[in-house]
Amino acid sequence: MGISGSSSFLAAVAIITGLSSGVAAARDLTVVSWGGNYQDVQREIYFEPFSEQNETPILEESWNGGYGVLAAQMQGGAPSWDVIQVEAEELELGCFDGIYETIDWEMMGGEDQFFDSTVSECGVGAIVWSTVLAYDGDRLDAEIDGWEDFWDIETYPGSRGLRRGPKLTLEIALMADGVPPEDVYDTLRTDEGVDRAFAKLDEIKNDIVWWEAGAQPLQLLASGELAMTAAYSGRIFAANETEDRNFEVVWNGSIYAVDSWVVLSGSPNKDAAMEFIRFASLAENQAKMPPEIPYGMSNVDVSNMLSDDVLEQLPTAPANLEGALETDVNFWVDNVEELTGRFNAWLAQ
Amino acid sequence: MLIAPLVVFLAVFMLWPLWIMISLAIRDDEVSEVLPRTAAALADWNGEGIPGSAAGQALADDLRGAERTRLGPAVRRLNSDISGFRTLMARTQRAADDVTDGAPIDLVAVDERWGETRYWRAIANAVQPYTDRYLLAAVDLERDPDGAIASMPEGASANAAIIVRTFTIAGTVTAICVMIGLPYAMLIAATGGWVRNALLLSVLLPLWTSLLVRTTAWVILLQNEGLVNAAITGLGLSDTPLSLIFNRTGVVIAMTHVLLPFMVLPIFSVVNAIPRNLMPAAASLGAPPLRAFYRVLLPLSMPGVLAGSLLVFMVAIGYYITPALVGGADDQMVASVIAFFALETANWGMAGALGLILLAATTILFIVYGRLSRSGAPIGA
Repeated sequence: MGISGSSSFLAAVAIITGLSSGVAAARDLTVVSWGGNYQDVQREIYFEPFSEQNETPILEESWNGGYGVLAAQMQGGAPSWDVIQVEAEELELGCFDGIYETIDWEMMGGEDQFFDSTVSECGVGAIVWSTVLAYDGDRLDAEIDGWEDFWDIETYPGSRGLRRGPKLTLEIALMADGVPPEDVYDTLRTDEGVDRAFAKLDEIKNDIVWWEAGAQPLQLLASGELAMTAAYSGRIFAANETEDRNFEVVWNGSIYAVDSWVVLSGSPNKDAAMEFIRFASLAENQAKMPPEIPYGMSNVDVSNMLSDDVLEQLPTAPANLEGALETDVNFWVDNVEELTGRFNAWLAQ
Repeated sequence: MLIAPLVVFLAVFMLWPLWIMISLAIRDDEVSEVLPRTAAALADWNGEGIPGSAAGQALADDLRGAERTRLGPAVRRLNSDISGFRTLMARTQRAADDVTDGAPIDLVAVDERWGETRYWRAIANAVQPYTDRYLLAAVDLERDPDGAIASMPEGASANAAIIVRTFTIAGTVTAICVMIGLPYAMLIAATGGWVRNALLLSVLLPLWTSLLVRTTAWVILLQNEGLVNAAITGLGLSDTPLSLIFNRTGVVIAMTHVLLPFMVLPIFSVVNAIPRNLMPAAASLGAPPLRAFYRVLLPLSMPGVLAGSLLVFMVAIGYYITPALVGGADDQMVASVIAFFALETANWGMAGALGLILLAATTILFIVYGRLSRSGAPIGA
């Protein structure tokens, strides 16, 4: 490669970098969420009204989560996303790493306006979602009380669906083994507790179908492949509404977690991003979400604006919170690698 | 000058990512960058007991001034060694912030874990610029406290088993693709006109369909109440539905379907170029059809079979979505483990090391292929 060759190489590099920096400076407020039905609803109640009101165009994207994705964005220099909806693990990891802007809670309406577990230094809670035991009421006509029944293959024959991975699975196994929700993580923090969870899973290992994407368990439940499954609560009600299913939900032993809005640090649209989060956290705007998809909301005033029919479907309804477990983020951020290795080894046995 | 685009392309899309992957797999500088004083203080510690108070002091000083964006990766690196290191460091940093520079700090009082040798040893091990821990961990090995290579405790990791499984599945799929693809390609070559077009189209069609759609279609076909099982029970071949999905059978069926074109097309292009008069010539010399096939047609098609096998095998070992959707517990391939480390936990060292092992295995295969194809016709002759 001669002189002209290397200069054309340099030209190519200059063009590529020029393009990317040009895009970064001029881009619209970019909001990233989970896609699917959920993002359709968010578009209707948050994105489009905010855009109109502030005359700020919003560029939408979707993602599937994973801290590696955010860490890679930040390592590349200027991130191409502004506002992101993240799970609790990503919030915790990123806050420690300093990749999110700090939240001005006065601007959001004060910390008192939100449930405690949805308030953090780097993020504003968006929804509370839950993993529950679900079954098809048309196929299984029984009173299912909780994870003990999930393990009772003799009385309720058929395959069981669980999410592939140690998270949620180990908690469920311990609850099925009679550990009360409040003691689940204390038990898992001991080696004996982890052994106990895996031993419980051994009992039904051959009857478990492992799913990966949230839409899978409902499809498998509908086709009769599964008799019972762990599934995300919001999707179950959506399937009952739109696909005319008769899926039943068991709230006892459900595991809930908070998703939050964050702003990536160094965002060129930081002010608009914070303004968007404020808009999406107002009670009157949040109150439009649960009738469409029944997730719990972070703003304390939302429940006053909803009908009782809607309220009783939410993970945050007092009756549903009884016997429920909140995901321990710190436990999983500390242990996910070790337990995933062990989980894979257990699967391979 | 004319090859400049090619060189740039190779450099940007092949060599550079390759270099990044290798360096991620062996580099280990996150911790020493953030904890330089601790690294210096631990340099002459013998690895026994607890290092002197100077090390604790240095750690506190390092943590106090640490930049968060760089401390994060270092802490994740330590946490992947010993679970719980992250919360330990967070607590220690808060304590360090509360005392002024140079004032003495008692770390064991901050958290009693600092009284355990293994936490200090983990830091001491992490301040070397290069490491083999990721490569060892990729095949379930680790270094014991004396520095000797040992296997991880039973049940701690299954990477080696998953790598073996990946090659087994890819090998099975390749073998089935040869068994279906070779006769099929010969059939295409033997026909002409619209029949040939129809045969070619039916093998090309799956290539133009999205992988996700094809895989989901197999879920619908193969499930217990799916079409295939309805046909089997309807015909009275079996009373109970066969389990065709969420196990190895489902993975092999779905992957074979997706990868068959990569086998058929290379074989077809080779077989199609074989002169038509060779088989009649063999017959005129007295060879019965089967013998003529083994002695003439098969050896001449071998280059196509080899190229197809190599292609199918290499694509197959990287499969991720299909095993995730139609596989069971025991069918996940190494790509899913790589995705876990790269996307979920941002442990790029592990992701790079697993990728490197795959790459090494593939390279060896490629060399074998080069030898086989250069040795020319003799195979089978």
